[in-house]
Amino acid sequence: MSVTPLNCGYVPLVDSAPLIVAQELGFAGDEGLTLNLLRQQSWAALRDLLALGHLDAAHMLAPLPVAMSLGLSGPKARVDALMVLSVNGTVIGVSTAVATAMRARGWDGHFGAPQNTVVHLLSALERPLRVAVPFPYSMHRLLFEYWIRQAGHGRPAEVDIVTTPPPLMADAVTANEIDVFCVGEPWGSVAVGNRVGELILPGAAIWAHAPEKVLAARHDWVEENPTIVGALMRAVARAAAWLDVTQNRPLAIEILARSAHLNVPHAALDHALMGQFATRFGATPVDVPGFLRFHDRAANFPWRSQAAWIGAEIAQLEGVDRHHAVSVAQATMRPDCYRRYLGPVGIDMPGASAKVEGALTHPTAVASVRGEMILGPDAFFDGATFDFTTLE
Amino acid sequence: MADGDRRSIRAPLALVNQHMKIAVIEPDPSRARDIIDALMAEGWEDVVVLGDVTGLARKLAALDPDLVLIDLDNPSRDALEQVSVASAAQSRPVAMFVDRSDDEMTQAAVAAGLSAYVVGELQPERIKPVLQTAIARFQMMSQMRTELEAAKQALADRKTVDRAKGMIMRARNVSEDEAYALLRKTAMSQNRKVIDVAQALLTASDLLT
Repeated sequence: MSVTPLNCGYVPLVDSAPLIVAQELGFAGDEGLTLNLLRQQSWAALRDLLALGHLDAAHMLAPLPVAMSLGLSGPKARVDALMVLSVNGTVIGVSTAVATAMRARGWDGHFGAPQNTVVHLLSALERPLRVAVPFPYSMHRLLFEYWIRQAGHGRPAEVDIVTTPPPLMADAVTANEIDVFCVGEPWGSVAVGNRVGELILPGAAIWAHAPEKVLAARHDWVEENPTIVGALMRAVARAAAWLDVTQNRPLAIEILARSAHLNVPHAALDHALMGQFATRFGATPVDVPGFLRFHDRAANFPWRSQAAWIGAEIAQLEGVDRHHAVSVAQATMRPDCYRRYLGPVGIDMPGASAKVEGALTHPTAVASVRGEMILGPDAFFDGATFDFTTLE
Repeated sequence: MADGDRRSIRAPLALVNQHMKIAVIEPDPSRARDIIDALMAEGWEDVVVLGDVTGLARKLAALDPDLVLIDLDNPSRDALEQVSVASAAQSRPVAMFVDRSDDEMTQAAVAAGLSAYVVGELQPERIKPVLQTAIARFQMMSQMRTELEAAKQALADRKTVDRAKGMIMRARNVSEDEAYALLRKTAMSQNRKVIDVAQALLTASDLLT
């Protein structure tokens, strides 16, 4: 059998695991593919290389295909999200100084109380909060902005968003360049380990089922290469399913730590993959169930409504037309490909391709293609729901 | 580079004489020097290097350059993207230079490992000559880097082959030439490279001792 090489870009974060496992455990090989895993130093570089055709597919921040397709980021290119690679997995942390100020005003330090925490965070300092995010078009930024806006304060003028590469975030806290950091693991735990920061909220407390990274490819490439796209999606979906089997997580940590792809120490992977966090130095770790999901609860399914939410948020932040943004955004998700290529191999999926985001406050059984499956929760912290089909 | 080559990529004088402040973000001093030299040789004299990227947005605001050049692989690319979004804090917008009328140049820049960000409303005609010069320099640097790595690899390979030869000479009591001939013959009959056979021998020997 001939083997098709594919150039796959990724940024060395824990949630690039589905691509690494697809290659290293042979799921790609089973589909006749070899993934050339090309590590990128920045999202901007990954974006440019994908847009200009140097990469076939990429591990990408969920909002980036939307921003690219809207022409807001880099060379304009129509980019699709074939499937969601991971759900949730981010944390919000603050410098020790901010945590101390929050405690002085009565914050109880509870990890996972968005309403209470935001009040203390926004009143902690007498000057604007400097908030670090990995990229302007990242779920980290969208979730943070949504959080402080919907908490009932409007968007306070006293917040400066500063883009900082995740590996440099702990240093930026030490150098007093930033007050708040929104980041994926292991970088939040690194700040805690360095005794410079404290974790105040998991991103999932803002939106319980937030698409974090997607498998992105140029729209034209997807249309021109149906066989390869199907093979790639099957390989990645199988890797994602493997990663979500609890008993496989210790082996996953071994594979990720040993492979040359991540270059992250063993201990740093533990927090994210085992869902256990010490929110401050020396504290007893707390459990965050489902902290990072790769497959369960239809995590891989590219809901059009997820991208529509991203489009609406980007429209709000950048002042572009909301209807246009939502319309372009929802089209970047490819549930059609998901059904066409993954349905025949027995992967279960929801009957609908869009949902009312935020409606599920508990795990809920819904009708699926093969019978019934569990979805949710997907609630927003403020109890809001988002239905792009009835946008005003 | 020969003078003739240099003249061939020289920008028209009228463009050179227009003042343009160029910031180069490059932590490696010798690479930074290389890029500055290339730009200055072509007539752009106001070139500033940013090596330390802490507080990048603030530093750029203070410098107020017209054009920012940065290695495609530099992790600080994303921080530059932020500057383009935080327009409220900046008097002039920063945007990645993508000229849709000249896709070839964008491709050439990416292939050379270079990205450019334009501050404010610079005309593409003013940017292109700078980019051409920078692309040429980046290509040369990346070629030199490839050659350097190849040379390092060749040296490492030679050490491995020498060690393997020494091992064969001792074990079989043969001359250096005979030891090498044996390595080559084994490599040819197995359709492998001499270095791979030598490496396999050393690995096996490490395991056994």
